[in-house]
Amino acid sequence: MDVMLILALALLLAWPLRAYMVGIFSGQKHWSDKVFGPVENGIFKVLGVKASAGMNWKSYGIAFLISNLVLGVIAFLLLMFQHVLPMNPDGIGPLSWDLALHTAVSFLTNTNQQHYSGQAQLSYLSQGFVIVTLQFVTPAMGLAVCLAVLRGLMGGRNSAEAAEGEERDLGNYYQDTVRAVLRLMLPLAAVVALLLASQGVPSSYQASPTVPVLEQGQSLTEQKIPLGPVAAMVAIKQLGTNGGGWYGPNSSNPLENPTPVANAIETIALVLIPIAIVFMAGGLLRQRGFARMSLAVMGFLSLLCVGAAIYSEQQPNVAFTGLAQQTGNMEGKEVRLGTDLSALWATLTTQTSNGSVNAMHDSLNPVAGLVTRSGMLINAIWGGIGCGFVNFIVYVWIAVFIAGLMIGRTPEIFGRKLEKTEISWLGVLLVLPSAVILTFTAITVAIPSITGNSNPGLHGIAQVFYEYTSAFANNGSGFEGLGDNTQWWNISCVIVLLLGRYLPLVIPLVIAGLLAKKRQIPVSNGTLPLHNLTFGVTLVTVILILNFLSFLPSMVLGPIGEALELTSIAGDLK
Amino acid sequence: MNTTLIVHAGSESALSSHHAIWRPAAGLAAVMLVTCGLVYSGSVTGLAGLLFPQQATGSLVLVDGKAVGSALIAQPFSSDVYFHGRPSSVNTDPMSTGGSNLAPSNPALRDRVAAESAVLTERYQLAATELPIDLLASSGSGVDPHISPEAAALQLKRVAAARSIPSDLLNKLVEQQTEAPQWGIFGQPRVNVLLLNLALDKDFPLQQSGGSASAQ
Repeated sequence: MDVMLILALALLLAWPLRAYMVGIFSGQKHWSDKVFGPVENGIFKVLGVKASAGMNWKSYGIAFLISNLVLGVIAFLLLMFQHVLPMNPDGIGPLSWDLALHTAVSFLTNTNQQHYSGQAQLSYLSQGFVIVTLQFVTPAMGLAVCLAVLRGLMGGRNSAEAAEGEERDLGNYYQDTVRAVLRLMLPLAAVVALLLASQGVPSSYQASPTVPVLEQGQSLTEQKIPLGPVAAMVAIKQLGTNGGGWYGPNSSNPLENPTPVANAIETIALVLIPIAIVFMAGGLLRQRGFARMSLAVMGFLSLLCVGAAIYSEQQPNVAFTGLAQQTGNMEGKEVRLGTDLSALWATLTTQTSNGSVNAMHDSLNPVAGLVTRSGMLINAIWGGIGCGFVNFIVYVWIAVFIAGLMIGRTPEIFGRKLEKTEISWLGVLLVLPSAVILTFTAITVAIPSITGNSNPGLHGIAQVFYEYTSAFANNGSGFEGLGDNTQWWNISCVIVLLLGRYLPLVIPLVIAGLLAKKRQIPVSNGTLPLHNLTFGVTLVTVILILNFLSFLPSMVLGPIGEALELTSIAGDLK
Repeated sequence: MNTTLIVHAGSESALSSHHAIWRPAAGLAAVMLVTCGLVYSGSVTGLAGLLFPQQATGSLVLVDGKAVGSALIAQPFSSDVYFHGRPSSVNTDPMSTGGSNLAPSNPALRDRVAAESAVLTERYQLAATELPIDLLASSGSGVDPHISPEAAALQLKRVAAARSIPSDLLNKLVEQQTEAPQWGIFGQPRVNVLLLNLALDKDFPLQQSGGSASAQ
């Protein structure tokens, strides 16, 4: 019941947000100009850019990559030297270079995979200044690339006057990024942060208080209650499909997610912008039908997974057979949330590339384990901010190509033909996930001394596969039992993170740039409609088949094999 | 439209295009660090501290003006005169929170649960299959402050006997301390163990010697 209410509220709130986002990104005058215009103009002066100047796909891509490089280097240095920098009242020590590098790249790629434990290893400066900044800027950058791709699909902002083959204006990268932070992320995050603080999420720069426990004479005699500017970070962690929490166990920690209402707010924040982007795309492309189809496809897959995960966690954990009441799986879950809200979160956080958790994914029953991995592998059911919808468009291109082959026509999208060059680039995107994830999983599993997993048997393989999947999908959730703060894990994950972030954003930008320059063919009887049930079903099929082909064997070794293993254990126990 | 289009072409001088690439990137990083890292974090944290001073500083519970714990963080309890919380993989240390991370297929999980289940069936004289799950499953955070109302009901007799108070009086206190789903809809009914034990100490104070009553 509360699950349905949370989903309904997310949809209801995403609708007005869509109108606002279309308003600020369409380039027309908007009421928010009065509030933010002067500040933005000041910022553009500092940056030395003319916001009205458009960029073609190359300039846009270069600006995106260079701004990431600069931000990454700064973040790495600040993390590396946190122990000598201010705002460290708890006297936290230095990070190893590989851990600092992994942390910087992980947050730069909007992944927030954490190989450190927040409250113990990062200073207030590292968390509240470096990481919070990256959590705002990286989703904005992803959204910017998504906007450029959408403009490319429509032939660019100068499509009316440009000739065929002429460079197209995909917008100004810096204007898009700054607006996304200033007008979208910051106001939303401030509201969410205050709501969370009211529920009990700490908001303080004081050193952490230490209190004696009530019953003395035990091994633990006092508790240090870790504080910090937590609410500010948790708000953007959820809203920006970031996922990196203040505390080690993320939003299962009652300080990070104190009440069921806080949990509802955080869950809604997790899907709000990704859902609004789908609506927004319909507005910007002036293709309402396409947006409706996208919403239906994503909604269908999302609800299917939510249902499966909730069912999975309502089943008893096999390890408890005969030892306790045969109720839902509460291992790694919190009493105030129960199994349903944990399963809902686990599903949405892996679909949206967020990666925050409110229950431990290592201890999920296998069906929910399968759902979480599917969400990350597909990576386009809502998806991360910007990158999720870009991934979705990639699936659309592939579906259009396959459907075109089936009906014997040159595939086209919104009147522009997909030809050899574009299809070759799509080919790269197709093999990339399996090539990267499976190669690294194979290497790591083959050398036991570097694996560092905490569970034996099939679940051990699943842990490694999960970690690389999460890195590539820029998700960031993990099977936390993995001993992942080693040089091998840090460095190999850095490579996977970078490949998983930049290629899936830049290649579609290239394709969109190439498409934009083409002549637009008017809609005719032979045009493949993208807004009807037939195409929706085709698209779902394409998404599922592609992922089955790439990952079925590894799923069999992981959660599917584990489910069979558990069935046999359960049989033995009875 | 009078917009200009920036196109990186070979004709531009190397220096000016170089400048045009790096300056905005560095500027963006600087502006964002100030805006998000300082202005946003600082103002939101400050405002939250003003509006919600108690919540913002860790929801500390005060007794006679002294902090005795956080309402959000479980404390360890093992004596018979107190209600006990959930198993914790981190000894309820809020600085090293986390779950067991044991998969359902892991024999270590079964071993742990079997050992604890044997202790509880002995202590409460119940069939194992009647033990509430939350007293055996370790929480995600390791500092889950709550137990289910069933888990509180199970412990009621033990605590009442150890404190020599009538069960129905204690039952009333437990009912008072039971929280319904928030706003009537969100989450699960639950009992905060620390708050219940504090209320217990207040309503039914222990005699000086009673505090050391040990388990079993």
